[in-house]
Amino acid sequence: MFEDTPDRNRPLLRIRNLTKRYSARTVLGGIELDLADEEYIAIMGESGVGKSTLLNLIAGLDLPDTGSIALDGTELTALDDDGRTRLRRAHMGFVFQAFHLLPHLTVAQNVALPLALNNIPSALSATRTREMLEAVGLAARGADYPRTLSGGEMQRVAIARALVLKPSLVLADEPTGNLDPDTASEIATLLRETVRRSGGSGILVTHSALAAATADHIYILSGDGLRRKAAAT
Amino acid sequence: MTTAAMVTPKRFVLLRALVTGPLLEHPARGVLALMAIALGVALGVAVHLINASAVNEFELAARQLAGEANLVVRGARAGFDESLYSKLARLPQVAAANPMLELDASLAGRKDSLKILGLDPLRAVQVQPSLLPEPGSSDRDLFDEDAVILSPAAAEWLNLKPGDTLRLKVGTQSVALRIAGLLPHGAYRQRVAVMDIAAAQWRLARLGQLNRVDLKLETGVDIESFRREVAAMLPAGVHAETPQSESAVNASMSRAYRLNLDMLALVALFTGAFLVLSSQVLALLRRRTQLALLRVLGLTRAGLAWRLIVEGVLIGIAGSALGVALGWVLANATLRFTGADLGAGYFRGLSATLSVDWSALAALFMLGVTFAAAGAAIPAWEAARRAPALALKAGDEEDALRPLRSLSTSGWALALIALGTLLTFLPPVHGLPLPGYAAIAAILLGSVLLMPQLAAAVLACLPLPRAVPATLAFAQLKATPRQAAISIAAIVISMSLMGSMMIMVSSFRESLNAWLTQVLPADLYLRAARTGDTGFLTSEEQAHIAAAPGIARAEFQRTQSLLVRPGLPPLTLLARAVDARTPGEGMPLIGNAHLPKDNEPPPVWVSEVAADLHRWRAGDRVNLPIGGIMRAYTIAGIWRDYSRQNGAIVVNRALYIELTGDRAVNDAAIWLAPGTQLDDGARALREQLAHTTVEIASLRELREASLAIFDRTFAVTYALEIAAIVIGLFGVSVSFGAQVLSRRREFGVLRHIGVTRREVGVMLGTEGAATALLGAIAGLVLGWIIGLILIHVVNRQSFHWSMDLHMPWLQLATLAAVIVVSALATAVWSARAAMSDTVVKAVREDW
Repeated sequence: MFEDTPDRNRPLLRIRNLTKRYSARTVLGGIELDLADEEYIAIMGESGVGKSTLLNLIAGLDLPDTGSIALDGTELTALDDDGRTRLRRAHMGFVFQAFHLLPHLTVAQNVALPLALNNIPSALSATRTREMLEAVGLAARGADYPRTLSGGEMQRVAIARALVLKPSLVLADEPTGNLDPDTASEIATLLRETVRRSGGSGILVTHSALAAATADHIYILSGDGLRRKAAAT
Repeated sequence: MTTAAMVTPKRFVLLRALVTGPLLEHPARGVLALMAIALGVALGVAVHLINASAVNEFELAARQLAGEANLVVRGARAGFDESLYSKLARLPQVAAANPMLELDASLAGRKDSLKILGLDPLRAVQVQPSLLPEPGSSDRDLFDEDAVILSPAAAEWLNLKPGDTLRLKVGTQSVALRIAGLLPHGAYRQRVAVMDIAAAQWRLARLGQLNRVDLKLETGVDIESFRREVAAMLPAGVHAETPQSESAVNASMSRAYRLNLDMLALVALFTGAFLVLSSQVLALLRRRTQLALLRVLGLTRAGLAWRLIVEGVLIGIAGSALGVALGWVLANATLRFTGADLGAGYFRGLSATLSVDWSALAALFMLGVTFAAAGAAIPAWEAARRAPALALKAGDEEDALRPLRSLSTSGWALALIALGTLLTFLPPVHGLPLPGYAAIAAILLGSVLLMPQLAAAVLACLPLPRAVPATLAFAQLKATPRQAAISIAAIVISMSLMGSMMIMVSSFRESLNAWLTQVLPADLYLRAARTGDTGFLTSEEQAHIAAAPGIARAEFQRTQSLLVRPGLPPLTLLARAVDARTPGEGMPLIGNAHLPKDNEPPPVWVSEVAADLHRWRAGDRVNLPIGGIMRAYTIAGIWRDYSRQNGAIVVNRALYIELTGDRAVNDAAIWLAPGTQLDDGARALREQLAHTTVEIASLRELREASLAIFDRTFAVTYALEIAAIVIGLFGVSVSFGAQVLSRRREFGVLRHIGVTRREVGVMLGTEGAATALLGAIAGLVLGWIIGLILIHVVNRQSFHWSMDLHMPWLQLATLAAVIVVSALATAVWSARAAMSDTVVKAVREDW
């Protein structure tokens, strides 16, 4: 699916002239973005400005009206639904505001799900799952069900699930929105560190300046498009 | 508009939030539940109205026949000497007496028979004036020896008019009668032909015989005292009954059959109620956070519960009203186009108009509302009981169903199953298998309550497969056994009820097939007439048959009726050659035979229906009025007889002739000489009996005709079963649909992490198929148990017929496959419907 010979100078994600309308309303217009390997950015903006829509377009969950989205040289808009799904399965990880763990799977099964979807052998899958649970500090909770976890713990599991396959791109949509400030800070840092350790890139959509501060760069999304604000710390 | 007017009153807001809003949001769910209730009620109403109309018409016919008579003295079909009439007419308490001959006469050239009433027109004026033609029309003609008056229904049925000829079969000859006129419209609504008694005795070969005398008593005579007085002077086998008690006996003959059909119709309503229950459980599960929010905002537990029940009540009222209307239309159409008989033959030929039993309609309407309300009440109360704080928490669906499991503790479920088992040992109530039905209900309910625990135990044992969609499916089932149990229970109910009926019908059909092999050992069968009381073969004709070329052996049988006990229908008396040492040849004995010793009374063999109705056992000594002479006989054995619904007695023909002098027979079993072909044998018989109207049939033809009658009898049963299974499958669809709807966010997450639409479909299809398979297996086991109860308790107590268990494996496997495929298709269709919405929207919904 991905091109066999990656171009070292080419950004991991390239977005050009992206437009998305719902009926007569233009939600996104003229979006341009380059995301390099191992780059981690935050996108901020007012509610309703289209942050989540942008994330969904990048993930291939929705299609733009115009423009292109290329992940490591593969044009998403040229793929059918199955093609985009398989690309997402192999190369992206998702973290949601509401955690979205599958309630009928244990913590370990939730984390191992992307590995299973990508046909990773059982032994390797078990090892990777254990390593990820250790990385997020939940090694002892693998056999528990999500309903027994706190909000912060659930988000740790969600982070572990998003990163267990070491995806090239992690998309996080308000991952700290449902958490108290202390836990939110802890989760934001954990997410950043985990993405860094996995060697992938990340896009964090957030309202939280604290969470955004963990990113390499902050972008502001508005009616005028996507503008880089400043270098983060 | 004022501000106050713009604010919707609180009660409407809550009803909108809890009742109308959800119904309008998912109208298909409400419509499906409504249709299920409507269909159940419609079937109940239609079956009940048709049967009630038939019984009413039957009773009306009996009343019209009795006219102003207070007592009916009735003998068996062979009748009694006419001298009894003058004895009765002379009694001072008798104001008027009408001597009658009531026979079903075989119609020449047709397969049917027509009721013939021979009466004295001069006496009938006082007792049954409505059975006479209008004065001045054809009343004088009635005295003619070949005159007959038809009822309008008979004339229409036979397509005959005054002046035409009616041809009856008497013996093996055709007798022509002139239609002198018609009875007045409304005098007698059924098919009948009225003749002068003397003409009837002569033309129907019953000289000197009557089989009925209707007595009109003087004013002030105590009917019961007089009945007892008359009974003492009647010959053996002749009884005096009031027309009312005769009607009651007639109605009782079909009562068990009618109850069985009513129960079968109610099965559809029951499955409809379960559909409401399962759809409500899952709908409330999906809405649990909304309900919890209303509780947090201050809605009381009771306030929440009753508003949720209102939803079920509304569905029940609308469904029941629609069902009553549909049932009415269905009953009317059935009576108009196919008649009042629903297959079993009790009301064959009866023309009935719809008579409305308002109390029954109201009861069925209320039953529909109650079932729907109960279906909503159980989950409503559980939803109201749930702590709001817990319900607001995501992922507690399975916990929310915990109370359902507490309801189905092993103790409750096993107690119901044990109760059901005990009920199977109880005798019928007033001849009806009510304990048997209660046993089925208790075992079914107990088993359904046991489903969550059974499902949990079975699912826990299943290993997780390798393929991801199947892994997810099995993980879902293992983690949510109570949710799975709702779908499984819906399938178990459908499968068990349908399967049990299949097992019962198949056992009956196979037993009938085996029985036909035993009771039809000859090559050819010859009968004087297919139906009716007037066909017979004379001694001379019997000799011609025995002497026909190519015939090795001929055995003859005389069929008469025998009134043994007042209040019970007459038994069929079969006189034929039986070797007491080997009676089982041509007569399938049940249990041990009793060979009478030399000092014991002569043997008779009774059918199991007769044995059940009269409480006879092999070896008993009983008094029977054969040939009008009451004498003792020994019950030498009990035999299986699927042919005569009111019971039969076999007696040796030699003894019968000795007692009655009646050498006529009704039919003959014929064995061909070696090398003689069936066609050649039949041709030889027809040549021997030239100029007669006998019917000759081969074993194969008789078997096929018998099985065709059987299938026709069960056609309505099959139709009701199919209705129940369709409603059951609706239930499965609703159950899966609701579950899938409640899991749209889960599918959204799966789509986010790279699961394709097809894989989600495979996952749901696997869940559906696995659930349906578990339900089908459990339903098959339960169906086998219910089938045993139907065979050995309900059927035995209803019709007194025993049968051997026969499992229709192919039909059961087909049914299971249909259920599994339907569930799979529903699951996949539901998945498509759920995935048609954007997954993005799904994951953004509040938990």
